[in-house]
Amino acid sequence: MVYIDFFRGTPLLVQIFIIYFGIPNLLYMLTHQQFPIEANVAGIMACGINSGAYVAEIVRAGIQSIDRGQTEAARSLGMTHGQTMQYVILPQALKRMVPPLGNEFIAMLKDTSLLSVIGIQELTRKGQLFISVKAAPFPVYLGVLLMYLALTLSISRFMSVVERRMAVSDRSA
Amino acid sequence: MIVVRDLEKHFGRLKVLQGISDHIKEQEVVVVIGPSGSGKSTFLRCLNLLEQPTAGDIIIDGSALTDPKTDINKLREEVGMVFQRFNLFPHKTALENITLAPMKVRGLNKREAEERAFDLLKKVGLVDKAHAYPDSLSGGQQQRVAIARALAMQPKIMLFDEPTSALDPEMVGEVLAVMKDLAREGMTMVVVTHEMGFAKEVGDRVLFMDEGKIIEEGTPEQVFNHAQNERTKAFLSKIL
Repeated sequence: MVYIDFFRGTPLLVQIFIIYFGIPNLLYMLTHQQFPIEANVAGIMACGINSGAYVAEIVRAGIQSIDRGQTEAARSLGMTHGQTMQYVILPQALKRMVPPLGNEFIAMLKDTSLLSVIGIQELTRKGQLFISVKAAPFPVYLGVLLMYLALTLSISRFMSVVERRMAVSDRSA
Repeated sequence: MIVVRDLEKHFGRLKVLQGISDHIKEQEVVVVIGPSGSGKSTFLRCLNLLEQPTAGDIIIDGSALTDPKTDINKLREEVGMVFQRFNLFPHKTALENITLAPMKVRGLNKREAEERAFDLLKKVGLVDKAHAYPDSLSGGQQQRVAIARALAMQPKIMLFDEPTSALDPEMVGEVLAVMKDLAREGMTMVVVTHEMGFAKEVGDRVLFMDEGKIIEEGTPEQVFNHAQNERTKAFLSKIL
């Protein structure tokens, strides 16, 4: 898939630049009209498209990791492709997707700090602004780090709870 | 009930089936034996289109499998399959494994499906395991649940693909016992197996396959005691 290769194979920082600066510029060259794009919109688009590429890979790998015998058993019972996916493959695949999805979610959260470069006032940018007004860099950046850490730790805790909940049928009943 | 004519299956350049023809009658128990790589599992898998035949015809109950107008899902409802590796759904209990297809495919409600499932669990001797997950069951128990799952669709034909090959020796008997019961009740069965005792006792007809062809065919007595073909004799002498 071109989409997956492209967005996994290029830096998010440049992707942000091309969406925020590059595309309006391209549209201007084509139409000689201004198409300003809001920083928040460009930032969300960049992160969404980038993360989508990783998530697509996780979903594909999750589905493909389920033994072929499961599909064969379901189809031999007369289930359609759709029913096989819905009742047999996806419930098992989703379980396997939870850990990598958790990792991807955490990685994305940390990557939002890159959005400061197009002026979005997210956590990192707020810290920078705070320093420029009156504070010392060390305590502020340390505070920023701790806030990221608090967020990522809560996500990974939450993900392990989900994993444990979903593992019920893997144990003896 | 099943007519197979000049069935061929190629995987790339490898010709796994090279012209299989046979006629399986209603209530017949056909046992397919042969060395590994002889194409016997592929033959079985063609009978419910888990493998798409390269050439030839398979006609089940008057509908040609290879005819694009035939509804394959409909046909598969009538042909149950039991796999070497059981292939139970690990996220569902034994009971849910059995009720899933009758509810989703046949449209039974939960009560009807569970009633049928409990009858079948009784038949395979596993009523007490109804709410157990497959991972907590022994291989023999899993295979018996898998047989019950296939029977829950009330198929006209049952296909068994080496149903005891992945089992510990002490569990083979319990699975064969269930299959013998089925045969006695008049189920049409095609069984790929290495269990020669089962073939002799239950089989109406034995097919010996080698290199993608049926090279000997007859009653168990004919094939096991009066084999005509040298390759059949050589194979039997190694395993009997």
